[in-house]
Amino acid sequence: MDVAVIKYNAGNVQSVLYAMERLGANAMLTDDWETIKKSDKVIFPGQGEASTAMKYLKERKLDQLISSLDQPFFGICLGLQLLCEHSEEYDTTCLGVFPIRVKKFPPNEKVPHIGWNNLQQLKSPLLEGLTDSSYVYYVHSYYAEVDPRYTIATSHYMHDFSALLHKDNYYAMQAHPEKSSEVGETILTNFLNL
Amino acid sequence: MLTKRIIPCLDVMNGRTVKGVNFVQLRDAGDPVELGSIYAQEGADELVYLDITATVEKRKTLVDLVTRVAKTVNIPFTVGGGISNVDDVKALLNAGADKISINSAAVKNPKAVDEMAREFGSQCIVVAIDTKNIDGIDFVHTHGGRKPTVLQTREWAKEVTDRGAGEILLTSMDHDGVKNGFANEITADLSSLLAIPIIASGGAGKMEHFKEVFTAGKADAALAASIFHFKEIPIPELKKYLEIEGLSIRK
Repeated sequence: MDVAVIKYNAGNVQSVLYAMERLGANAMLTDDWETIKKSDKVIFPGQGEASTAMKYLKERKLDQLISSLDQPFFGICLGLQLLCEHSEEYDTTCLGVFPIRVKKFPPNEKVPHIGWNNLQQLKSPLLEGLTDSSYVYYVHSYYAEVDPRYTIATSHYMHDFSALLHKDNYYAMQAHPEKSSEVGETILTNFLNL
Repeated sequence: MLTKRIIPCLDVMNGRTVKGVNFVQLRDAGDPVELGSIYAQEGADELVYLDITATVEKRKTLVDLVTRVAKTVNIPFTVGGGISNVDDVKALLNAGADKISINSAAVKNPKAVDEMAREFGSQCIVVAIDTKNIDGIDFVHTHGGRKPTVLQTREWAKEVTDRGAGEILLTSMDHDGVKNGFANEITADLSSLLAIPIIASGGAGKMEHFKEVFTAGKADAALAASIFHFKEIPIPELKKYLEIEGLSIRK
């Protein structure tokens, strides 16, 4: 199983590569079009800021590549937000795979939302083996709104937000599966088995 | 629902854990990676590795350690100890650390907090504050709590938050090692004052102390070392207890 992990100016990709290694997948960090196109699975990781990331992707035409892929694709954290239509973070137009808007958490509670929170309203084969008492690790200040057409799980912090999204071959998760213990490994394994 | 976090802290020197541990299942009691894995399996929500090596080779041994931990451990971990500049942080994050923690270096050069937060994002910058009460006033201390500063704890915590810290790791030197409970009052003050999570440290001796620091102390996370290393409080039992007491805890 060849997994391409998209290389761009995002932080903490090493943990994703190590998680793939632990699960026995052959993952490589790459921004090469051909390598990404012919890999079995694609992971779009990320930690960082949306507008800088989008600028980087556009300069290398990776935005066009990402929107045109056919194989199972998994966006993580900032990767999920970039797959949406628009982010409030520096008013950024994103990739638009999901027609969903990304907003900033209001300052009613502590922001960023850091720590373990449970998944709710699960509905996808990607989440097989999990329940609404399955916890995942979050670190984020922005969230994707809930859209019943694409949201396959929610979490609650001040209000419900999209924990995971799915449309065609595109999957995305706001939390970090590579840091979410057995629950994260279940999700990554299910993705590799798609 | 967001849960309260339980964080074991491991002291390392030259890539080895230094405080004694008595885990019977450990093949190598000094291996920080193996110990970290066991804590992760037991339900620890995060780990903190505090490096106390004092040699010029320090950064290299720390990067090696971070690489080994990141390869094995499947929960988030923070690394601290002698980190002073953006290059240190970059090397450790690239090796796979989720967060770094700075302490004395922030006091010495507060702008380092701004620089690190701008470069890597607030979410991975933890500012550790060692506090001690002197004649009724809480002062920041550095160098493992040995050196007093003129900074008052609440004001310093506010300043580093404004400079971009993502979390505060607050250790009360008055409570550390005494096992009489956490410093709930100042922890609660900081938690109410600041819009970022507070990790309370120092003073854990009984399971009730964790409940108190999460309720009266309003802490978002609690850190402890020896009571976990010496198995005085096993993490699974602690989490069970806190859940029965009505706290939001990851199962």
